[in-house]
Amino acid sequence: MSENVDTTLAPRMTRPPSSRLSRLFESRQLGWVALGIAVSAPFVIATPYALNVMTTAAIFVLLASGLNIVVGYCGLLDLGYIAFMAVGAYTSGIIAKAFDLPLIFTIPAVLVMTVLAGLIIGAPTLRLRSDYLAIVTLGFGEITRITANNLTVTGGPSGIFGIPGLLKIGDFDLQSPAVFYYVTVIIVAGFVLAAARLGRSRLGRAWRFVREDEDAAEAMGIHTYRVKLLAYIFGAIWGGFGGLLFAAHLSAVSPQSFIFLQSALVLMAVVLGGMGNMRGVVIGALVISLLPELLRDLAAYRYLAFGLLLIVVMVFRPQGFWPSLGYEPERRKPDIPDPAGATEASR
Amino acid sequence: MSAVLAVTDLQIAFGGVKAVDGLSFSVQEREIIAVIGPNGAGKTSAFNCITGFYKPTAGAVILGGKDITGKRPADIAAAGISRTFQNLRLFPDLTVLDNVRAGMHLYGGQNWADAIFHTPRFTRSEGAYTAEAHHWLDFVGYEGARGVPIRNLSYGQQKQVEIARALARKSGLLLLDEPAAGLNYAEKQGLLSLCRRIRDLGTAIVLIEHDMGLVMKLSERIVVMNFGRAIAEGTPAEVKLNQAVIEAYLGKDDEEVASHGDA
Amino acid sequence: MSQLIWDGLFVGSFYALIALGYSMVYGIIKLLNFAHGDIYMLGAFVGFAALTSLGGIPASLSIGALLVVMLVSMLLTGTAGVLIERLAYRPLRGAPRLAVLITAVGVSFSLEYGVSAIAGPNPRAFPIRLEGNVFSLLGARISLPQIILMLIAAVLMILLNFYVQKTSTGRAMRSIALDRNASLLMGINVNSVITRTFFIGSALAGAAGVMAGAYYGKIDFLMGFIIGLKAFTAAVIGGIGNIKGAMLGGLVLGFVEAFGAEWFGGQWRDVFAFAVLILFLTLRPTGILGERVTERV
Repeated sequence: MSENVDTTLAPRMTRPPSSRLSRLFESRQLGWVALGIAVSAPFVIATPYALNVMTTAAIFVLLASGLNIVVGYCGLLDLGYIAFMAVGAYTSGIIAKAFDLPLIFTIPAVLVMTVLAGLIIGAPTLRLRSDYLAIVTLGFGEITRITANNLTVTGGPSGIFGIPGLLKIGDFDLQSPAVFYYVTVIIVAGFVLAAARLGRSRLGRAWRFVREDEDAAEAMGIHTYRVKLLAYIFGAIWGGFGGLLFAAHLSAVSPQSFIFLQSALVLMAVVLGGMGNMRGVVIGALVISLLPELLRDLAAYRYLAFGLLLIVVMVFRPQGFWPSLGYEPERRKPDIPDPAGATEASR
Repeated sequence: MSAVLAVTDLQIAFGGVKAVDGLSFSVQEREIIAVIGPNGAGKTSAFNCITGFYKPTAGAVILGGKDITGKRPADIAAAGISRTFQNLRLFPDLTVLDNVRAGMHLYGGQNWADAIFHTPRFTRSEGAYTAEAHHWLDFVGYEGARGVPIRNLSYGQQKQVEIARALARKSGLLLLDEPAAGLNYAEKQGLLSLCRRIRDLGTAIVLIEHDMGLVMKLSERIVVMNFGRAIAEGTPAEVKLNQAVIEAYLGKDDEEVASHGDA
Repeated sequence: MSQLIWDGLFVGSFYALIALGYSMVYGIIKLLNFAHGDIYMLGAFVGFAALTSLGGIPASLSIGALLVVMLVSMLLTGTAGVLIERLAYRPLRGAPRLAVLITAVGVSFSLEYGVSAIAGPNPRAFPIRLEGNVFSLLGARISLPQIILMLIAAVLMILLNFYVQKTSTGRAMRSIALDRNASLLMGINVNSVITRTFFIGSALAGAAGVMAGAYYGKIDFLMGFIIGLKAFTAAVIGGIGNIKGAMLGGLVLGFVEAFGAEWFGGQWRDVFAFAVLILFLTLRPTGILGERVTERV
């Protein structure tokens, strides 16, 4: 074909990254490196305050990876994502307190409630145009918070406190700060890995097809509504577990934790990191949650800075700082010579 | 021969405009049919009605004996129609291979739990998806890079990928909306032989096309549309001589008709 | 009963004033200007700053001072709206909707926390409070400030309606709303019309902000968030993109809220409003006055 030159002229992403650094960033071992850093962090600094900050950051990573399923993979803007976290936190908190159970036994209830919440919010709204969807999710987020604020079962404005810990067997208590940090890191790592794997599966592709062109996806036999609902439900489950960990971490839940600001911060983590790329999103979440700790003097300006950053990123680098590269290795049949295959084999 | 697709008295109106107004035609197995007609004759609207993107106001679409009228596009695709779009509708940020994999969504072979735990089922089905994608890209004669985002491709290559994606759907009927538009001579020749090879797979083809040279060489039957309905139908040779068709394309010339009458 | 109707009418006229800006911008460039509620907040703070710099104002002059400050505030918020469009939204015209929406969230965030950084996070007392006699009419308690504020809102809306219906810019706005490319081909300066739309919509929101400050007496940097959501609800109820619809929607939402709060309790007021929004969007997304739009494949 005469236009073949086009592909060779196009400089961006026509082949795997060549520099050693970028290859390191795309390598499969990166997840282990990140986990290694997370595991060794307490050996560097283990003050109660530092552990608290790190645990919070890990939970935030879980939330961002869940929202990434909805916004990054499927392209649905959810501005009330924190509502799912609220559902998870209140469900586990209320049940654990009422029956004096360790929080770990509330997992089935959290699953059921968050799936239900995903269905309730998603089912009527996912047929809407994307901008309407955004504002309706925002409305749902506010409804959830106000409801929690008004009901007695949720403890009203002061919330519920004295929530039992995750698990305690004899002297072994998962609730001691260092242990709880490790438990959180392991759970979060599992969820992040699961979200990343979902993204590289048949369902994950279907999400991307819907994001890119809903009509074309329909024409290929993809039930776009069902697929979007699934994205919502998975997002809800991730958020619910974030809520459960949150409740365990603070042993208290109150409506002030679920204001719009929190939804917006999770969204920023996803957008700044690079929508759809789990690695970028994890980094984005760490930056958003840890940066304010490092720049405490500028506390008054940090949200202003986040807002401006969001605009600047959308205008100049809409794919985020670390987007998914958009290429894949071509595992072609061996009889066809393939330059990309060589780099693949060297990994 | 049994009809793969039977369209009877199809109608759709947008406000007061009847874009399709009583269209009827049928497609037999392994047949290549061209739908031609002036711009605005309702060809693409008819395609959209058949594939469920528009809900027809009246009429019936029967696919292999099953009524699919007014069903949603995904169900119609599952029932066995695949299509391409007039202006390319690929997934621009996704790779060539992923675009073709879109056509294979209905193959299944894995669920979300397989994906999360990377079960053998998952590995097997992903391998099959990839092999299948390469197969269809080879089939359409695509020679460019396959792991790159689709927006880096030339127009002709994108058209090839769109057909590969539709073929991966493996349906008995393929609707092509202006497949030759924007292609150069060599690419059109490639398209011609590709369509014949698709037919040899056992797939019937309905194509909307403006390139008359291609239509005359390729199609076994031609449906001519104007003002939303079929004004003529027949083999290329018959259609070429049809008075109504000539009028629709060239306009009716009273004087010429009169002089014909004199002679 | 008549008290509820009056309350609904009063609150509704506020919603209508803000909903207008939402609706106009959406009608013309199909952009959901998420930051619109924050422009309202900005208006209140500009009014606050202007009044504070003026010093003490005798009660007899408060209406006059309010009007002057309102004009200043409208000018400044209008300019802010234009700047926002220029810097944040225009570069993204033609970008995916998701990117534009996220930008709007960013703008909203920047406005909120920009004001918070300058004026402090705590609520401020508005320097003047409109006070006046309360009298009762048909059983409803009505105060003079309420009447004045409603009059101002009504005058602004009538002026806007005149502008959109009778002037050439108004005609250009309507034609861009119908078909931007065709308008461009017809020689309409689309960018300048969009700029004016942002100016007018933001100025109206700014006016509403000053009025709210003067009426409720307390302002804070998050005051625009809920009201922005409600204004959007009002715009949707009336039919988004439709100017008369926005006014109607504002009044309807005002009534719905007043009655809902009466029946279910005031703490559920906001829940009730959002539930109405979700109902409308799912059952009749085109609103009361909106036309059906078929999206083409």
